[in-house]
Amino acid sequence: MAKNKQQKAKASKKKTWDLSPAPESTSHVQLKKKYELYIDGKWVKPTSGKYFPSINPGNEEKIADVAHADAKDVDKAVKAARKAYDNVWSKMSGKERGKYLFRIARMIQERAREFAVIESMDGGKPIRESRDVDVPLAANHFFYYAGWADKLEFAFPNRKVEALGVAGQIIPWNFPLLMAAWKIAPALATGNTIVIKPAETTSLTALKLAELIHEAGVPPGVVNVVTGFGDTGAEIVNHPDVNKVAFTGSTNVGKLIQNAIAGTKKKSTLELGGKSANIIFEDAPIDQAVEGIVNGIFFNQGHVCCAGSRLFVQEGVADQVIKKLKNRLDHLYIGDPLDKNTDVGAINSKEQLDTIRKYIEIGKNEGNDIYESSCNMPSKGYFCKPTLVLNVAQSSKLVQEEIFGPVLTVQTFRTVDEVIQKANNTPYGLAAGVWTDKGSKIFNLTGKLRAGVIWANTYNRFDPVSPFGGYKESGFGREGGLHGLEAYVKLA
Amino acid sequence: MKSSASKKLNIPDFRFTPTIDKVGVEERVARIQSRSIKKESKVEGMKMALNMIDLTTLEGKDTPGKVKQLCYKAQHLHDHYPDLPTVAAVCVYPSMVKTAKKALGNSGIKVASVSTAFPSGQAPRNIKLDDTKFAVDQGADEIDMVISRGEFLAGNYDFVFDEIAAIKEACGQARLKVILETGELVTLDNVRRASEIAMYAGADFIKTSTGKIQPAATMQVTYTMLMAIKDYYDKTGIMVGMKPAGGISKSKLALHNLIMVKETVGDDWLDNEWFRFGASSLANDILMQLVKQQTGAYQSGDYFSID
Repeated sequence: MAKNKQQKAKASKKKTWDLSPAPESTSHVQLKKKYELYIDGKWVKPTSGKYFPSINPGNEEKIADVAHADAKDVDKAVKAARKAYDNVWSKMSGKERGKYLFRIARMIQERAREFAVIESMDGGKPIRESRDVDVPLAANHFFYYAGWADKLEFAFPNRKVEALGVAGQIIPWNFPLLMAAWKIAPALATGNTIVIKPAETTSLTALKLAELIHEAGVPPGVVNVVTGFGDTGAEIVNHPDVNKVAFTGSTNVGKLIQNAIAGTKKKSTLELGGKSANIIFEDAPIDQAVEGIVNGIFFNQGHVCCAGSRLFVQEGVADQVIKKLKNRLDHLYIGDPLDKNTDVGAINSKEQLDTIRKYIEIGKNEGNDIYESSCNMPSKGYFCKPTLVLNVAQSSKLVQEEIFGPVLTVQTFRTVDEVIQKANNTPYGLAAGVWTDKGSKIFNLTGKLRAGVIWANTYNRFDPVSPFGGYKESGFGREGGLHGLEAYVKLA
Repeated sequence: MKSSASKKLNIPDFRFTPTIDKVGVEERVARIQSRSIKKESKVEGMKMALNMIDLTTLEGKDTPGKVKQLCYKAQHLHDHYPDLPTVAAVCVYPSMVKTAKKALGNSGIKVASVSTAFPSGQAPRNIKLDDTKFAVDQGADEIDMVISRGEFLAGNYDFVFDEIAAIKEACGQARLKVILETGELVTLDNVRRASEIAMYAGADFIKTSTGKIQPAATMQVTYTMLMAIKDYYDKTGIMVGMKPAGGISKSKLALHNLIMVKETVGDDWLDNEWFRFGASSLANDILMQLVKQQTGAYQSGDYFSID
């Protein structure tokens, strides 16, 4: 032992081998200084003449100004969508609609690099994720729903399938392009026209997608993009000529939307918040489970509605898992979202960073054991260290509320019944993860966990073919797969 | 349980080693392989890799002349490039140890010898012990033994453990590398179990393969062994070295291996005392890349000596 300690001491004196910066180039990216609204196939100035800046959270610099749409702009967009629905899109055969969708999918693939870079600049997520996850998945969603466009009668056998009309869609800032794809692709495939509003901090890829849709030759008015804040979104929700409201975002706003459309004929799907449980059993493959925990909560800085933000570890392996998890946290690269080696990028906005910090502060005041990664931090930009909250109680605010950041609460459990009870003890029900070597245990749990998506021995896996959506206050309706079509059709 | 080292340790029951999820390992490895190693870090990494090579010739047709040439190459990798490190060791059959030892003189380069009826290990224990003692007597600094894969797969873990411990004793001062021959163990669960048996039995290094069986040193296998080394170190405080061997012939793959070492067991292992590549053609590919970093152009393979 003594000899080995010496060896270790000798080894520790060595200098470390560090990776040189490997930033993705931004020279190929085409961005305008100012973005107007995309209505009826044209770029139009906002009636109010107001614009707001889109900030790069990685360096706090302004990228572009974006138009702020008001009630008049939204009305224009809805009218354009109605006209396009009545005159063009509802009369077009599914086969022809499908061709447009295939074209959009291919064009996204062709411009994948530009989309990935803009997504990371505007939203702060690591280029590795926007390049390997967001953009390819967005293209895949268009491909997938393009295939359904002329096969709706097979999707719903013996039923008459009709589009709903004009769909008002409001999407969040965590997966700006991907959420636009999730919303636009099934709506167009089923013959609806669209007024879509991206989140105010991440409008750019949606606007680039509008440029692409324009170049694809999609008829004017079929897709309209209006940018702005919550007030713009409210105008879409409240517009009398919108037939369907599709929203992804916070549970609070989801409740407001339900209130607003109560008593109207508007259909809706809501994909809201989550506080998902990731459950590690003693017989799990521990090293892979640790990777799954990291991927579950630190993917996209934890800005994921289905993030595995509540970790439950069986007591027998708790010490081992926590030790390994801390070690793994220390090896994460945090920094420039455009660096190809960055694991954890920038928090999307100043406001969100403040919210996350507030929760960490609450955690400290509650007397929890807080562990922060020892990683280096950039001097500029909105960054937050990957954080563990250990020995935390089920009654803690950090366990009960959605933080939407790189903060993981860690609890232990002894029996299967106990963990099911604790995992379900939340107003949310979006996702869950189960890690065990025993298949029967997986099936026992998946039947009892009240969550829309349950992953076994993996986490945060997405595919256009697989439906996604929540239980309880995590919302209703499904996106993706055959189920995703149902949200945009009338069946007779 | 003959090894003196093993007496201090709590030997676990090897039937219950941690399980490995292959899909998860593949994902993790893919993530490591997406690391971008450029510019200074690339040059530094490649020089480090050169210095970790066990330059190897293990053929029935090996002659003293061939071994001497290899030993010269080990000391003079590419004299046109100033301040290059040497390789870590030259790896040969026991019959060539004396020749290699003499040719390497006091260059500091180690002589590693395979033993224990390499590569199959299909011989009685006394012959394996004699084979090892012979190599050590001839001057080998390091012994690369093979485990009895048949006994392992039959579940006779005690047999495998005792054999490694016995060989370790026969090694004396020589460092022992234990070859698991992962291509014959097939599953990552088996790789993990064999790694633990070898380490608890006294291995100084664990090594993937003989180079005679495919697949050899895949990233997945090396990752699994590194995680075993990490767990063993956390439990016992003892550092064990890692040697992937077979199939690593390109500098890019070598760099991915190094970044994997950094992100699993840590920077302490980034040294030829704790990490080696068993390879014959890797050196030339690294040299070609190093020269390319200097000149901006790839030179013809004819500019690099083939030994």
